[in-house]
Amino acid sequence: MENLISIGINSVFVGNILLAYFLGMCSFLAISKNIKTASGLGLAVIFVLAITTPVNWLIYHFLLAPGAMAWAGLPAVNLSFLKLVLFIAVIAAMVQALEMIIDRYSPGLYAALGVFLPLITVNCAILGTSLFMIERDYRFSEAVVFGIGSGIGWCLAIVAMAAIQQKLRYADIPEGLQGFGINMITTGLMAIGFMLFAGISI
Amino acid sequence: MEPTLTKPFAAIRRSRAYKMIRDAFWEANPVSKQILGICSALAVTVQLKTALVMSVALTLVVAFSCLVISSIRSLIPRNIRIIVEISIIATLVILADEVLKAFFYDISKQLSVFVGLIITNCIVLGRTEGFALANPPLPSFLDGLANGIGYSSILIGVAFVRELLGAGKLFGFSVIPVAFYQAGYENMGLMLLAPGAFIVIGLFVWLQHTLLKKRIIR
Repeated sequence: MENLISIGINSVFVGNILLAYFLGMCSFLAISKNIKTASGLGLAVIFVLAITTPVNWLIYHFLLAPGAMAWAGLPAVNLSFLKLVLFIAVIAAMVQALEMIIDRYSPGLYAALGVFLPLITVNCAILGTSLFMIERDYRFSEAVVFGIGSGIGWCLAIVAMAAIQQKLRYADIPEGLQGFGINMITTGLMAIGFMLFAGISI
Repeated sequence: MEPTLTKPFAAIRRSRAYKMIRDAFWEANPVSKQILGICSALAVTVQLKTALVMSVALTLVVAFSCLVISSIRSLIPRNIRIIVEISIIATLVILADEVLKAFFYDISKQLSVFVGLIITNCIVLGRTEGFALANPPLPSFLDGLANGIGYSSILIGVAFVRELLGAGKLFGFSVIPVAFYQAGYENMGLMLLAPGAFIVIGLFVWLQHTLLKKRIIR
C-alpha cells in the first residue's frame, strides 16, 4: 500500500509526466489559453489514461511479453517488439469508444469534452505512460495508480499554466519573447517548482 | 578561379531542395516556429550523443514515412487515412528501435521510451498529413528530410548548451579546462535537470524571433 501511495505521489509531482518527462507538450502549449478548456482537456486525459494504462498492461503481460503466450501453449514466443503498434491502436480505439459512450450516455459531458477527445490520441503523454509502465516493470495495481497519477499530474500542470497565461496578458514581455518563448520559460519555472516536491518524503 | 567555385553553389542555391531545407531550418522551423514535436525534443537533450542519435532516427522516420505514404497516397481511402498513416509510421519506428537495440544498445537504453514516442511526434504526422498526402514521392521525401533536419538543428543546439554548461563536456569529452574549475568555475546543475531544457529552448526561440524580425524590417 505504501508503495502505491509513493508511486501515486511521485507520478503527480516529482515525476510529473509533463514537467519532468516533457510528454504531452503539443496540446499543453496549444490549449492552455484559458482555464475552462484546459481543465476540460485535463479531465479527458485523466479519463483516458485511467483506462488505457491498465488495458495496455493486460495486453502486454498476456500477449506480448517474452513467454507471455504460455497460456496458449507457445512459451517461446516473444512479441514485445509489437508493443508500439498495439498500444497506439488500443489508445486510438479506446478514445473512439469513449467518445461514442460519452455521447450516448452523457451529452453534457460530451459537449464539454467532445472537441478534445480526438486530440488525445496523438498526445504523447498517453503512449508515454504506457511505455514507462512497461519499462519500470509495474504490477497491475501499480499500473492503475501510475496511470491515474500521471493524468492528474498532467491536468494540474495544464490548468496552472492556463492560469499563469491569463495573468501574463497584462505583463510587458519583450517582443521576440512573446508567445512560444515566454511559455517555455514559464514552464521551466513551473518545473523547478514541481521538482521541489522531491525533498518531501512520506 | 572564383566563378568555377561559386557556380555549383549557385546552382545548388537555386534548387528546390536547398530552399526547402533552408526554410525548414530557419524560417519555418518545425520546433521553434510551428511549435511541433517538442515532446521528445527535450528529454533527450542532456547529452549531445543521445540528441544526435535521436535526430538521425527521427529524420529517417519522417523522410521514409513521407516517401511511403506519398507513393501509396492514391490507394489510401480518405476516412481511414490517419490509422493507415500511424501504422506506417509505427512500423518504421519499430524498425528504428530494433536497429538501435541491435547495434547501439547503450544509447538505446538511454533513449528509453523516447524512440517509441516518435510515433506520436506531431512533426511526423503533420508532414505526412499536410504534405505527403498531396504531393509526389520525391518532393515529399525531401520535405520530410528538410523538416527532420530543422528539428535536429534545435535538438542538437539545445543539447550542446546543456551538456557544455551542465557537465562541462561535449560528446562525453571534457572541454572546460581544469584551470577553470580551480579558479572557482562550477558546472550548472540546473542545466542537467528538466527545467534547464525549457529555459534554454525559450531563450533560443527568443533569439531566433528577434533575428527574423530584424531581417523583415530591413
